[in-house]
Amino acid sequence: MEKLIMSSSPHLNGKKRTQNIMLDVIIALAPAMIAGVIFFGIRAAVLIVTCVTACVLSEFLSRKIMKRDNTAWDLSAVVTGVLLALNLPVSLNPLMAAFGSVIAIVVVKQMFGGIGMNFVNPALTARIVLVNSFPADMTKWTQPFSYGADMVTTATPLQMLSSNVDALSSASGGELVELPSYLTLFLGNIGGCIGETSALALLLGFVYLLARQIIHPVIPVVYISTVAGLSFLFGRDPLFDILTGGLLIGAIFMATDYTTCPMFIGGKVIFAFGCGALTMLIRQFGSMNEGVSYAIVIMNILVPLIERYVKPKTFGQKKIVKRKQNKAKEGVK
Amino acid sequence: MDLSFPRRPFHSKGGANVPHRKNTAHMESVFMPPPDKIILPMQQHIGAICTPTVKKGDYVYAGQVIGNSEAYVSAPIHASVSGTVADITQITMTGGQKIDAVVIESDGKMEFEPSIQPPAEIKTKKELDEATWNAGLVGLGGAGFPSHVKLNVKDESKIDTLIINVAECEPYVTADHREALENGENVLLGIYKVKEILGVKRVFIAVEENKPDAIVKLTEIADNPELDPNDEVRVIKLKSRYPQGAEKILIKVCTNRVVPEGGLPSDVGCIVMNIASVAFISTFIKNGKPLTLKRVSIDGSAIKNPQNVIVPIGTKISDIVEFCGGYKTEPKKIMLGGPMMGTALTTDDFPIIKQNNAVLFFDEKDANLMKTTACIRCARCYMACPLSLRPRDFEMASDSKDLEKLKDLHIMNCMECGCCSYACPAGRKLVHAIRVGKNHLRTGGAK
Ligand code: SF4
Ligand code: SF4
Repeated sequence: MEKLIMSSSPHLNGKKRTQNIMLDVIIALAPAMIAGVIFFGIRAAVLIVTCVTACVLSEFLSRKIMKRDNTAWDLSAVVTGVLLALNLPVSLNPLMAAFGSVIAIVVVKQMFGGIGMNFVNPALTARIVLVNSFPADMTKWTQPFSYGADMVTTATPLQMLSSNVDALSSASGGELVELPSYLTLFLGNIGGCIGETSALALLLGFVYLLARQIIHPVIPVVYISTVAGLSFLFGRDPLFDILTGGLLIGAIFMATDYTTCPMFIGGKVIFAFGCGALTMLIRQFGSMNEGVSYAIVIMNILVPLIERYVKPKTFGQKKIVKRKQNKAKEGVK
Repeated sequence: MDLSFPRRPFHSKGGANVPHRKNTAHMESVFMPPPDKIILPMQQHIGAICTPTVKKGDYVYAGQVIGNSEAYVSAPIHASVSGTVADITQITMTGGQKIDAVVIESDGKMEFEPSIQPPAEIKTKKELDEATWNAGLVGLGGAGFPSHVKLNVKDESKIDTLIINVAECEPYVTADHREALENGENVLLGIYKVKEILGVKRVFIAVEENKPDAIVKLTEIADNPELDPNDEVRVIKLKSRYPQGAEKILIKVCTNRVVPEGGLPSDVGCIVMNIASVAFISTFIKNGKPLTLKRVSIDGSAIKNPQNVIVPIGTKISDIVEFCGGYKTEPKKIMLGGPMMGTALTTDDFPIIKQNNAVLFFDEKDANLMKTTACIRCARCYMACPLSLRPRDFEMASDSKDLEKLKDLHIMNCMECGCCSYACPAGRKLVHAIRVGKNHLRTGGAK
């Protein structure tokens, strides 16, 4: 008989693979990509393709240079590429988008050891780098359905809201803009990043992720409820806050990134609450309209701390403490 | 304590939806004639190793004690065939330790000692303990814990529940399933006998719902107005989800009680016994013959005729393979036990011991596990762990030999059920890392 394979039990594997999981995330992002292309035209598609290509290439090359095994086909770089593209304004120069992709993969992900090792979300960090490098280009918003040469710039709903607030509070009394209706917000026919505007598309993706058991619902649910709750407390419009400013894409796709959120449910709750609270604090008191990116990245950094202090109770653990106490008592007797 | 029967099993966390592959569930078990030679290792249980009590050249009857130990936690070993002691050698067990083994050349008759007679009627627990010791009975479900130790609990009055384990949650394995169908009478008598002696008022016959025919049969046994007028014995249908048959999980789903970490079932008033063990108690009471035969499921992609075979203990796997028509294809992995917790063997030259309930033969395709890639922190291993442990953290702490951390993570609580490794999309060998980690703790981190 030839040599038998020796291995530790179990001798079976489940069906899920890293690659399938990533593919499911891509499928879940498909509605948002399609919505982006419908609203913002072919340039949206160009940006998505650019980011994905740049990410996969960076992954492939950086692994090669670092002499590590090739992970370009696990599709995680594709997910990063899509997420980054969906968080960019459609008018951005593709070269800048490619630059962002390289930052995401090389600096944020691979320099820390690749998949599972980075401590902040690559796509979000790259977006923050881009906002700070090219502030003007990164905040130029395009009116949906104004393709090509007829591109019309507009403001995001949150910008409109804050300009209204400014107008109301300033002594001279500026002009009030009419805010988009909930239905418009829900469908996504508004200015904003390619993939963040359509709540409908993002929720479809959410349902898919849940159905396929890719993510645990606790992060999006707690994140969004926290935002709604604080929004109410601050006397804002909760529904408006939920539907705008990239909250949904952040809560559903960014905050749930495996690598950069706590693994244990209790930790996830704290993490999501922190994201929600920071988002609202930034929106209410900060100068930036969209607090989501910063909120998530800050919470990403706090994950190790959360994981250190929030631990699950293991089976039979509480009782043992009691038993020991009882024993100690018996001993005293 | 509450002694009601739940309408549905209680909740248990985690677990894995493993494939069933109970290919042999509908096949009648077959008796295998005694092979030419059997090998009886001197440890077929958890506890002290026995010393051979026979010499080379001795004639032994089936059922004769050939290995014994003074230690309390141990169980005597009986010859399973009649014949001559051919040799006393050393054999390498699956854990790597070398122990003595008695080799018997069979005379093909399986003749029992003429003096063997049924034990005097068993009325007290002490007598039952003694009988199980004499019979060499250990937990036949896989653990191999000596039954007289299991039955001898400190505070008898606290035991209020007996659970008969027919869950059989491991893929492929159907030995208990067949036991329920084919040995119903002994199962029935065994259950009521143990119940009577333990004086418990509640008996669960716990069976996974993927065995409808066994459920019918066991329900008949449970609904016996004569022996059980107060309906204190009932079948509980468990979800078919691995690892329902693990002792702690079984107790949780039946009674909602949580065995404390490092504790025993008796700490929460329960005794769990495998169905084959109870049935054997009944046979022993009838004829006084010690444990010599064992039903094992033979299955897997590399074996020609999968089936349940009843073999003399000590039969070599290669002999069973021959009996089952040989190999279909070259086996690449041979496992003792189910695929989730079984041990891989280096050779098919190994004998069946008391607690084995299956031997599986995998071809090349089944034998190769997926390639291990980087952990993506997906937390699937956390979610899968029935004991709410943190397998990924075990792996990291074990790699870095962080003893404090390992302790802090309660690594010793892990039952090595394999759900975490099964669930991991990166194919990480978490259970292996856990074993290494436990070893670090045992040896204090020394290499
Ligand atoms: S092997 Fe241990 S850590 Fe892994 S799931 Fe089972 S009990 Fe939990
Ligand atoms: S299941 Fe595997 S990949 Fe997921 S966290 Fe656990 S070890 Fe990492």
